Amino acid sequence: MRTNDIILQTLAKSFMFVVIAFSFYVFLTGHHHPGGGFIGGLMTSAGIILLLLAFDWKVLKTVIPIDFKILVAIGLLTAVGSGMGSFLFGVPFLTHTFGYFDLPILGKTELATATIFDTGVYLVVVGITMTIIQSIGESE
Amino acid sequence: MNNLVILPILIPLLTGIILVFFRKNISLQRWISGLSALLTIIVAVMLVQNVFNDGIQILKLSNWEPPFGVVFVADMLSALLVLTTSILSLACVLFAFRSIGIEREKYYFYSFFQFLITGVMGAFLTGDIFNLFVFFEVLLMASYVLLILGGTKIQFNETSKYILVNVISSALFVSAVAYLYSVTGTLNIADLSVKVAEVGQGGLLTVIAILFIIVFGIKGAIFPLYTWLPASYHAPPTVVTAIFGGLLTKVGVYSIMRTSTVIFNHQPEITHQLIGILALLTIILGAIGAVAYWDIKQIIIYNIIIAVGVILFGLSVNTETALEGSLFYLIHDMIIKVALFLLAGAVIVITGTSNIKKMGGLIKHHPLLGWMFFVAAIALVGVPPLSGFVGKLLILQGGFENGNYLGSAIVLISSLLVLYSMMKIFMNVFWRETVLSKEDEKGSTKGLLLPCAILVVLSIAYGVGSEWMYQYIEQAVAVLVDPSIYVESVLKE
Repeated sequence: MRTNDIILQTLAKSFMFVVIAFSFYVFLTGHHHPGGGFIGGLMTSAGIILLLLAFDWKVLKTVIPIDFKILVAIGLLTAVGSGMGSFLFGVPFLTHTFGYFDLPILGKTELATATIFDTGVYLVVVGITMTIIQSIGESE
Repeated sequence: MNNLVILPILIPLLTGIILVFFRKNISLQRWISGLSALLTIIVAVMLVQNVFNDGIQILKLSNWEPPFGVVFVADMLSALLVLTTSILSLACVLFAFRSIGIEREKYYFYSFFQFLITGVMGAFLTGDIFNLFVFFEVLLMASYVLLILGGTKIQFNETSKYILVNVISSALFVSAVAYLYSVTGTLNIADLSVKVAEVGQGGLLTVIAILFIIVFGIKGAIFPLYTWLPASYHAPPTVVTAIFGGLLTKVGVYSIMRTSTVIFNHQPEITHQLIGILALLTIILGAIGAVAYWDIKQIIIYNIIIAVGVILFGLSVNTETALEGSLFYLIHDMIIKVALFLLAGAVIVITGTSNIKKMGGLIKHHPLLGWMFFVAAIALVGVPPLSGFVGKLLILQGGFENGNYLGSAIVLISSLLVLYSMMKIFMNVFWRETVLSKEDEKGSTKGLLLPCAILVVLSIAYGVGSEWMYQYIEQAVAVLVDPSIYVESVLKE
């Protein structure tokens, strides 16, 4: 018999967004403050796991219909691709650049290509932690 | 700036990533990994020619000046090893098509194979000691997976030991790097060479040098740190053993060569003496193992250990002749060990066992396999004009010139024991009365002989064309004898 965990489920639903929103913040602020792709990815997975604790894999698969192993490969491809972008400009591998742009709402913002690399790291971390938990959780 | 230097690392890495997307489509996986192996060979040949014509090639990653950024350095030694690695990777991929089995292929075998090659290439090309550690981990992680992939009981047993040993040696590696960093304050190999020369290699730095010998000795399987190797290499499928035997231990040997010539070259009477003694003991213990066993894989595995000893003995003699010999023998041994493992793999496919007492008379139905094994075996022993001859000759010449008669004698006698062990395999497996009729054979060698043939022909060409190879080897050894060439080309601006 399954006990009624309505408090857990309701709280998890709302807190998940807080955790994941904070993880995006930590991820994006990594260039100037503590944070970055690795810790951001770990926190996003923590948010997903919170959902997983309250519900089960079936729910998670309808909410996030991604194969996490593919996510790892996409992340790696992003990271390597951001390094290879430098080939187009005839500079050494992994050379990054940045610039200031006027964006709507945000105003003058610094955009760096290193963020693309960090996005790769972020996706790999999310993919790997979720793959590990999934394969341990689903094995009999 | 030369982005060509990164390509031998980048191509296998990208291939490995792309293969993850096509997990179920096995024929596409084979095509991609085969083509990428071919592409890597082309890039490696270009790299060798580039280094040969224009000297050492440097790539400053992210455009940071060394020693502040990571540099990739392709001198002739690295370039030759990269070329050898790419050829072996092609041969092993071709062999895997026919032998590894659909179950393993579906679970990312080719991806992890490519990641292993990425790690090996990176370890050969990097010019930064911590980056070397990272690439060691890349190749070790991939090797853990390749070792356990398939999940048989013996693989589980041996993988747990293998991981334990390598985790400990990696932790030692990190501590050694930490000590070195706290003494010198730098991680770039060329800059380390300068800093160590400035302060003179005192007691502390010599201790760190010995710690590095221990670390790379565990990876490269020298006495008394080799005990994990025979059992671990016996567990996985033959093609995995082949790529391990051809590449992993040699990365350790390469690292000992690099650190002991470029960084810690001021106290050879301690460090090189130690390497020499350990190398000779390695040869003796390896030879005992090779003679003792009646298992085709086990015999070849102990021959890896002997070869590591021979190469390091050449290094410890530390004259130009002996170093040339070491390098000749290193490349020869990478090729011939993979060839032997692949041939042994074909034999195991046919007979379904690796115990040579249960085989016999294979030459009747498989003459090509038999004679290729014979050629590979005598090339391993070092019969002229095959590939093992020049290397051992130069090592012995260097040993005698340097007055190291005992060591040279041990190397000579070890050749005899290697010959005995290889002929034991050849005579028991291929001669005697036929045990298996054509119908009783457990599998077919269709497609398995091509990669073996490529390597055996390559080994013959390497032996016959050693005069032509010599110009490349000479250029590689020039850096080992005089590390200032390396240092100046990395730190020139």
